[in-house]
Amino acid sequence: MKSLILFLILLCLWLLISGYYNFLLIGLGIISCAFCVYVAKRGKLIDDEGLPLFFMPRLLNYLIWLFKEILMSNLATAKVIINGKVEPETFTVKASQVTDVAKVTYANSITLTPGTVTTKMHKDVFEVHALNADFGNDVRTNKMDKKVTWLEGKK
Amino acid sequence: MEVIFDIFTGICFFIGSLSIIIGACGLIKLPDVFSRIHAAGMIDTGGTAFFILGMVFQTGWSLVTVKLILIGVFVFFTSPVTSHVTANLARQKDLVPVGKKIGKIL
Repeated sequence: MKSLILFLILLCLWLLISGYYNFLLIGLGIISCAFCVYVAKRGKLIDDEGLPLFFMPRLLNYLIWLFKEILMSNLATAKVIINGKVEPETFTVKASQVTDVAKVTYANSITLTPGTVTTKMHKDVFEVHALNADFGNDVRTNKMDKKVTWLEGKK
Repeated sequence: MEVIFDIFTGICFFIGSLSIIIGACGLIKLPDVFSRIHAAGMIDTGGTAFFILGMVFQTGWSLVTVKLILIGVFVFFTSPVTSHVTANLARQKDLVPVGKKIGKIL
């Protein structure tokens, strides 16, 4: 089932990127997608980690929220750089997600919003470096943590 | 209609270049590696996002638009990984960030 979904995703990607819709090229596309799925299956890559489908129902909502968040913190970072009021701080936060993929998503979301970077992680504790106390408080209130746990949908 | 899209493209390019310039200034100005990563992250997200948005206004609805959005998606997924790897390597080499540390850090 998961292999089939992966195959369809890869085929869509092929069709969108290639732009030539004749028999030969679509045939080649189907063959190479099937080969990729075969290799992934043989390497046991097709599981919840390789293809996190449980994100899908809530992903769009989360991405819109994340884009808004990135835009806001971009503005705040620009302000900090121009003002020159830099008071970096380092602290740890606890991630409340169950699966590894969701933890990685949380760490990546922290890194993706400018002003905060995940520097180290051990089990479910992240070490976060923030440019300013405001950015630090944003992470420490666990708003993003709750959002990612909701995105994961396992609790 | 074309003129409106051109204006939108101009605005997007302006915001994008502004954020890249500010990010570049930050790269030079900020005190240590960890703070500089924030400026680089700003270039990665703000700069590329607005430039791609500006180019999407020029292409209209075609396959090129899809390709542009795919570039955006791939940058979106890979840029935090590079930031994290840089920061993590600096920490592994026992580089301690400047500024205050709250609680026990790893």
